[in-house]
Amino acid sequence: MVKKCASRFYMFLIFAFLYLPIIVLIVLSFNNSRSKVKWGGFTLHWYTSCFQDEKIMSAFATTLQITFLSAIISTLIGTLAAIGIAAMKKRSQTIYLGATNIPLLNADIVTGISMMLLFVKFMDLGFVTVLIAHITFSIPYVILNVLPKLKQANLSTYEAALDLGASPLLAFYKVTWPEIRPGVFSGFMMAVTMSLDDFSITYFTKGAGVNTLSTMLYTELRKGIKPELYALSTILFFAVLLILLLGNVRPAKKQTIENH
Amino acid sequence: MNKFKQQFLAGPYLIWIIGFIILPMIMIVGYAFSGSDGNLTLEYITSIANETNRKALGLSLELGIICTLICLIIAYPLAMILNSMQIKNQGLVVFVFMLPMWMNFMLRILAWKLLLSKNGVINTILIGLGLSKINIINTPVAVVLGMVYDFLPFMLMPIYNSMTRIRKDWIEAARDLGAGSITIFFKIILPLTVSGIISGIVMVFVPSLTSFAISQVLGGGHVLLIGNVIEQDFMQGMQWNAGSGLSFVLMIFVIASMALVNSFDKEGEGTAIW
Repeated sequence: MVKKCASRFYMFLIFAFLYLPIIVLIVLSFNNSRSKVKWGGFTLHWYTSCFQDEKIMSAFATTLQITFLSAIISTLIGTLAAIGIAAMKKRSQTIYLGATNIPLLNADIVTGISMMLLFVKFMDLGFVTVLIAHITFSIPYVILNVLPKLKQANLSTYEAALDLGASPLLAFYKVTWPEIRPGVFSGFMMAVTMSLDDFSITYFTKGAGVNTLSTMLYTELRKGIKPELYALSTILFFAVLLILLLGNVRPAKKQTIENH
Repeated sequence: MNKFKQQFLAGPYLIWIIGFIILPMIMIVGYAFSGSDGNLTLEYITSIANETNRKALGLSLELGIICTLICLIIAYPLAMILNSMQIKNQGLVVFVFMLPMWMNFMLRILAWKLLLSKNGVINTILIGLGLSKINIINTPVAVVLGMVYDFLPFMLMPIYNSMTRIRKDWIEAARDLGAGSITIFFKIILPLTVSGIISGIVMVFVPSLTSFAISQVLGGGHVLLIGNVIEQDFMQGMQWNAGSGLSFVLMIFVIASMALVNSFDKEGEGTAIW
């Protein structure tokens, strides 16, 4: 009993530690005062004015475009790569997975700088270079989520579908796809998360004209952060939360039905 | 589609690896070993031994090791508690710990600045309770706190994943054979979670060794890490060769860490934190 209470208390402390800054930011987004520590009453003002601030909106649009484009493209390349890797011999698999580990384990600052050095040789830094960089660091997350599902999938059912006259594409869609879909989805969500949260790699590959929310916040640190940014981030936070809940809850329900 | 043809689906990825992973690395090496006149030089690699750079690297290593140890000490018991709760939907656990990541990274670090600053939230509460103020903002302590906060999930997830793979009947069998809790921990649980611990250590140590934004915000310019030196070389000083030289030195640390992971974790399962 004591042990149970102690572990509950320990968990509570960790949660408090993890969520304290989030709560502070959400509270600040409703604070009717430009001061960061004094409570000036409840307001929804920042939630309307954030949509009128052109600079914030342009950074927000860039962030969304980069995030979704990079997540979609990296999911596509990554899923195809995982299917290809699954069919390879052990040795080529090791080489591919080793290369996949590089952006995953390498320091963000080194990844960012190395890409910047390459990009400046061939093009101007801007939207496209940030997009390429985000795709590069997102692909490994997709591969690592899809590959285990492919390994679990029963290969003989796919071959059986072929033997029964299905075209490879139809067999893939009817047999393999349902098995790897959860992995593809979580890979996509992981790519969205990493792209939304990235600062360092964007910072080095963005050039002068383009800003995402993260890099904009960094450049405005000295001037002081606009309260509108707290409001916008709170909206973004709950939007992703909603998408995830919708995505997570449905398959879980289906699973329990199948188990019975 | 036969297996041979199926392999070609990895083609676009192969092009991507060569173009955007291998080539950029070669660029760094190229800049690191060449002088402004284009000749081969070791000047920028050896500049790590300069007083400023050596100090920055030393501090980075120190804070990185402290941060990694704190994360390990916090995360291991937490993983054990989570595992003992027998949660059916493990995705939920991941979800709860990843959730803070959907609040912008920069804002989260900034929130810590607001919490820790001299007249910030925590000090206001402490004074309200009649306690003395804490003064850790703009010190290495605040930087370590920010790093632990940001990187803790990367320690927790691999350890938790490796722990959920330990089958209950192994532990029951050990108990039937007369092993106590301490023996079970050291003979079964710890050895079976080593791969998780190693990937956790690398996934926390590498970013904490190389971070520059956290030390910039929470250190207020008073905590100079090797990442900050590199950032200044590139963004302020336009000394790309010097910055590349230091990046190359960092890469050596990263490669050593990756080799460590590969020797323990053949399947790449520890790094799949989702």
